[in-house]
Amino acid sequence: MSLWNKHQIFEKNSFILLIGIVVVIAIGGLVEIAPLFYLKSTIEKTEGMRPYTPLELAGRDIYIREGCYLCHSQMVRPLRDEMERYGHFSLAAESMYDHPFQWGSKRTGPDLARVGGKYSDEWHVEHLVNPRSLVPVSIMPGYPFLAENRLNTRDIQSALSVNSIVGVPYTEDQIENASSDILGQAMPDTEASDGFEERWPSATIRSFDGNPKIVTEMDALVAYLQVLGTMVDFSIYDDKANSR
Amino acid sequence: MAKSNAKLISLEEGGFALFLVLLAFVCLIVAGKTFDQVMAFHAGIGALFAAASVFLIFKNYFDDGGEVIPAEIDGKPNYNFGPVKFGSIAAMFWGVAGFLVGLIIAMQLAWPALNFDLPWTNFGRLRPLHTSAVIFAFGGNVLLASSMYVVQRTCRVRMPGKILPWFVILGYNIFIVIAGTGYLLGATQGKEYAEPEWYADLWLTIVWVMYLLLFLGTLWKRKEPHIYVANWFYLAFIVTIALLHVINNLTIPVSMFSTKSYIVWSGVQDAMVQWWYGHNAVGFFLTAGFLAIMYYFIPKRVNRPVYSYRLSIVHFWALIFLYIWAGPHHLHYTALPQWASTLGATFSIILWMPSWGGMINGLMTLSGAWDKLRTDPVLRMMVVSLAFYGMSTFEGPLMSLRSVNSLSHYTDWTIGHVHSGALGWVGYISFGALYCLIPWLWNKKQLYSLKLVNWHFWLSTLGIVLYITSMWVSGIMQGLMWRAYDALGFLEYSFAETVEAMHPFYVIRALGGALFVLGALIMAYNLWMTIRHGEAEEADATPVGSLAPAE
Amino acid sequence: MNETYTAFAGFAQTWGLLYFMILFGIVLAYVLWPKNRKKFDDAAQIPFRED
Repeated sequence: MSLWNKHQIFEKNSFILLIGIVVVIAIGGLVEIAPLFYLKSTIEKTEGMRPYTPLELAGRDIYIREGCYLCHSQMVRPLRDEMERYGHFSLAAESMYDHPFQWGSKRTGPDLARVGGKYSDEWHVEHLVNPRSLVPVSIMPGYPFLAENRLNTRDIQSALSVNSIVGVPYTEDQIENASSDILGQAMPDTEASDGFEERWPSATIRSFDGNPKIVTEMDALVAYLQVLGTMVDFSIYDDKANSR
Repeated sequence: MAKSNAKLISLEEGGFALFLVLLAFVCLIVAGKTFDQVMAFHAGIGALFAAASVFLIFKNYFDDGGEVIPAEIDGKPNYNFGPVKFGSIAAMFWGVAGFLVGLIIAMQLAWPALNFDLPWTNFGRLRPLHTSAVIFAFGGNVLLASSMYVVQRTCRVRMPGKILPWFVILGYNIFIVIAGTGYLLGATQGKEYAEPEWYADLWLTIVWVMYLLLFLGTLWKRKEPHIYVANWFYLAFIVTIALLHVINNLTIPVSMFSTKSYIVWSGVQDAMVQWWYGHNAVGFFLTAGFLAIMYYFIPKRVNRPVYSYRLSIVHFWALIFLYIWAGPHHLHYTALPQWASTLGATFSIILWMPSWGGMINGLMTLSGAWDKLRTDPVLRMMVVSLAFYGMSTFEGPLMSLRSVNSLSHYTDWTIGHVHSGALGWVGYISFGALYCLIPWLWNKKQLYSLKLVNWHFWLSTLGIVLYITSMWVSGIMQGLMWRAYDALGFLEYSFAETVEAMHPFYVIRALGGALFVLGALIMAYNLWMTIRHGEAEEADATPVGSLAPAE
Repeated sequence: MNETYTAFAGFAQTWGLLYFMILFGIVLAYVLWPKNRKKFDDAAQIPFRED
């Protein structure tokens, strides 16, 4: 056992090394990340932010699935040209319900933080199916399959529950009716759309892909794109009170 | 093998077998109950892998009667190089695959028709495949294989366990397969460089903890009183990646039977956690790990000790200490509070010093042996990798400055910067390590052909130069075009016009990428021929289980 | 917001700087300690010890 004792000293050394590494790296992370959770100034006070509707959330999940974030940012910087090109700079509040955030890191295509309402639904559908029919020099892939794929609604209720667990303020009513609302938002004047407006007062009901008979992945993605950057009411937003 | 020595199955074998049997059952249940086809496919792979591993554990047990592999033969360490060999070949395979996918997506940006408008071939799904294949599959296997080699040699002891090392290397590669096929089928978390979904993350966590234990276990058994500095860098890489991985992947799955999950962080906090992860993946995976390779393979290749061992220790602490703070420089001018991104940039600037300290330490190791650069293309590759390391660690702090970043961010400049580090530094130091390792592992006197190494070197160097220069031009040009105003004070260019202007540079970049792929193919051929037909080292000179260096 | 920035900058420029200097000092002392010299020279030779 004497050999064992001798070894203990060496073992200790590698433990000291291990602990040293952990201490050194933990401090850097803690100092930068922890304050963001309790500093009041991190997220601005705004009017109008609401959680995504089930259809918009499903659209967001398709946006993530297809890797849109790899070419499109969702973060307008407070620089003159960007504000002229895209609109008011992005606020932290505008992504506070985003799990995960989709700020992106590359603009192979333009920023999408405020794309909502800039183009018609028809434009988006056509552009997603065949980008070069509208923008001849575009290098974006086409996504014709979105218009054909029926939207998968099976897990939407659990999706809303999980989002509510991680802090998105969905009401019980909204979660319970998610499976019907996800269809209802894209099928106006049907049984599925009953009660949608009461549960989602500021969301719009319409067929986003132009076909009210079935709800496709295209419906969901366009619904998501059309709501991007439109929630905060900038007419009453006070830039100075929240200056960064 | 001697049956007379038959022993009861060891705790290690039994433990792994039990765990894998349970895993196989869980996978089967999930595969049977899920409506999610991707989940069914992945659970199927999991069940198959687990069942095959259990079979192999028992087959091995019955073949050798549970005999314990001797840690030493004739007083010399009986090194375990099987998993190292596997990792080296896997690295070469994934490297070629990953570079090829990179070439494909580079061509898609030049000629968008190559997306074919299908889900599994579009740029958005192929790009994570490219980044994960080169960073985690190629780079990861190089790190796993080289760390297992270096830690054994510098501790002069066989790594512990019979199953454990194989579990680590095979388990890691199964993770790669799950992650890669997942992207193509649309399973992604949507966090850059952390795209694998919750179940793949969970599996990687298990594999990684085992890897840490394997590495520490080898250190604990060591015959050398001092822990060689390369192992410090490896250890920092393993520990920090574990921490980063867990914190950046804290997700809640929609259900046990669904591939989809949602991250617990949101918005600005998620952005901070993501880039704390993202930049430290660069710092600890792509830098610390490969610096470990530098500290072993360069001295070994030139046959002289590292220039200054003391500097290497200062280098180590300063590097890991400063790197961890640099992440928020990815978020200048965003909704992240300015103090955080400024703090990140400050540390990025200070980081320039240890980075160059390390580079100088590596380069000066050659002092008195510079002539070897003329005759040894493998050494030349490793030295040029240090030059690229120096260049990108100079460019990085520059780009982290707020004013420079306002121009460079969101453009191809970033892509060019990343690739000067990835192709030049990580790529070349890995190629150098593999060119050294393969003859050592397979007991060959030397490589099949040094001439082919030369071809590889010049082709890929030309490729890298084309790549980074075209990305500088297109990045700076696009950044300037975005902010250009005409005489009347309106924005001069529409976004589409800036995209159109990028086309020639995207073609040049694809050409550079093609040359790099060609070089890698030459390397794969050269290594394969070394294994198959290389001249064997004389038997007397090298006892079984120990390998002399190639020189 | 500005107060937070000032507070953080103040902290970083005093205690933060001190923390870094002390840690750096410890590393330097360890590295340059005359007694450790032999250990380091020896360690640098580890890759060349053949078995």
